[in-house]
Amino acid sequence: MQEENGRKPLQVTTGPGDDVLMDVRHLKTYYPVLGGIMRRRVGWVKAVDDVSFAIRRGETLGLVGESGCGKTTIGRSIIRLLKPLAGEVIFEGKNILDLPRDEMKRTRKDLQIIFQDPYGSLNPRMPVGDIIGEGLMVHGMKNRKEREEIVQYFLSVVGLRKEYVRRYPHEFSGGQRQRIGIARALALRPKFVVGDEPVSALDVSIQSQVLNLLKDLQQEFGLTYLFTAHDLSVVEYISDRVGVMYLGKMVELATAEELYANPRMPYTQALLSAIPIPDPSVKKQRIVLQGDVPSPINPPSGCPFRTRCWLAQEVCSAETPPLREVAPSHWAACHFA
Amino acid sequence: MIDPQHNQQAVLSEELPTPIAGPSAVANRFLTSDNEVTLVQLGQGQLIFRRFRKHRLAMAGAVTLLLLTLMGIFAPLISPEDSLNWNYLASNVPPRLTYPGASDWRYIMGSDANGHSLLMWVTYGARVSLAVGLISAALTMIIAIIVGGTAGYFGGWIDAVVMRITDVFLTLPFLPLLILLSFYISKGSMWLIVLIFGVLSWPGAARLVRGYYLTFRQQEFTEAARAVGVSDTRIIFRHILPNAMSPVIVATTLAVAGFIGAEAAIDFLGVGIKPPTVSWGLSLANSQTYFGEGNWWWALFPGLFLLITTLSINFLGDGLRDALDVRSRR
Repeated sequence: MQEENGRKPLQVTTGPGDDVLMDVRHLKTYYPVLGGIMRRRVGWVKAVDDVSFAIRRGETLGLVGESGCGKTTIGRSIIRLLKPLAGEVIFEGKNILDLPRDEMKRTRKDLQIIFQDPYGSLNPRMPVGDIIGEGLMVHGMKNRKEREEIVQYFLSVVGLRKEYVRRYPHEFSGGQRQRIGIARALALRPKFVVGDEPVSALDVSIQSQVLNLLKDLQQEFGLTYLFTAHDLSVVEYISDRVGVMYLGKMVELATAEELYANPRMPYTQALLSAIPIPDPSVKKQRIVLQGDVPSPINPPSGCPFRTRCWLAQEVCSAETPPLREVAPSHWAACHFA
Repeated sequence: MIDPQHNQQAVLSEELPTPIAGPSAVANRFLTSDNEVTLVQLGQGQLIFRRFRKHRLAMAGAVTLLLLTLMGIFAPLISPEDSLNWNYLASNVPPRLTYPGASDWRYIMGSDANGHSLLMWVTYGARVSLAVGLISAALTMIIAIIVGGTAGYFGGWIDAVVMRITDVFLTLPFLPLLILLSFYISKGSMWLIVLIFGVLSWPGAARLVRGYYLTFRQQEFTEAARAVGVSDTRIIFRHILPNAMSPVIVATTLAVAGFIGAEAAIDFLGVGIKPPTVSWGLSLANSQTYFGEGNWWWALFPGLFLLITTLSINFLGDGLRDALDVRSRR
């Protein structure tokens, strides 16, 4: 059917017969690099460079990678907060990157995001009730009382007291603010939620609270998550499947257990070796990578990781390894995987 | 232990978690494990007013302005005569408490060469000065918010085009243009003077507003609003504007003083308000002729009121700047 529409076949699927909620194909989001007196474009930062993946209904896909690898950009692009340069994001059969303005506005109800920074993501001049209820209002619920009831319900859902509706964000702690952000995302009853490092800014004890809350809410409201983090254990805990990103590309994708137990791509192996184990008797073989992440303005030819890879050979600079299924439900982009 | 004064502002809440009405079992765990201290805080408006009240000069300025405004509004009650009804025989009277045939305080500030009392000039003149100042400043800021807000929020080519237009406006010489426009267009009408002020003065304020919008549009709360489907117009006016409001309020306040001065200046140059409407600037202009003959009171009183008004507004602006700054905790 997809070929009939002239679409390219999927690069990464989830498996035959799976209920796919969101299907991302060949997504490219580049940022222009401006330079010179006339501020003309002199190049692109390839933040997301030809990434394809699919997310099943009800699952959590985790994305890991270093700072600047494009995790956040993917999250923003697939709910169209950023305009990708190319690619398709098929959500419930429709490419949301092509939707006209009014239809996109309606679709926004289904696609929500939880932000990383609990301080910057809440308007300091708006009471909590308005922050959470505004989405309801712009989507047609004009009755103030009705709105407030829903807001209070969602406040209680995320574990905050109903009386907080009239308070301002500065009256809350970081963890409480993040729960307000979660309530805002949930109030529209979305189907898909992007968690853009939602726990990175919180301290460890609050992190686990919020993670468990997110897990429980997924059960309760049947949510599908795309969850990004740079903390590998956080991603392992919450995700069903995990994708590893490097320099704007998806380099490995597998179920969480499989990926953590049996990483195939050298970059993933290096990344996982950095997870600290809270047991001093365990001797760990830490893989220390040489050099820095190359510039995404001018990425290396072929495999993006070849400049730092200990397995690299000539084929790596000549050919970009495709993301291929190296084991059942385990995809990796490496010539030697 | 706890300082009692502090306790009035911040009440440590020790109440037990209330049961949840929602079906969520998730929530209970949080409420019981949530030992975060809750502060009962004052509203933002109250905090701002507290800080403002501590600024003595600003309070004095605010009170003075209030009195001046009341003086303008109730001019007919304060001044026994108006600009169309005067005693033309009583010209050049020096300030005095009583006058033969007039038992009231009509000549407390003396009278001009035509027998108009300066009390009339000062009280009725306040109307024009304050009205021009306030309305022009409001108009300027409305234009500045719309123009600067649009440019700063959308950025890109819209910003480039709008800001180049702004630059062109900023290069225009203010006073010569003001004189020309007032002479050819306003012909003594207060409303047209206000319009000219607004059209000539928005660019500076628009730049200020644009700067704040550039900052706030990158904040995550703006993005969050877009994610739930809030329209650009609503983001510009309901989300970002309240955050950019403090500097705008301060700039507006200070602009009022500037406009009152500018209005007096064009009156003085003879291209502003025309008789029989009276204004402080006009009074100053007329006083020139007789100033050399020792008619000092004619220039003194309107000038003094002009000075007091401008000074009060500037103090008020300073106080507002401090009070509206959320970071200041004085």
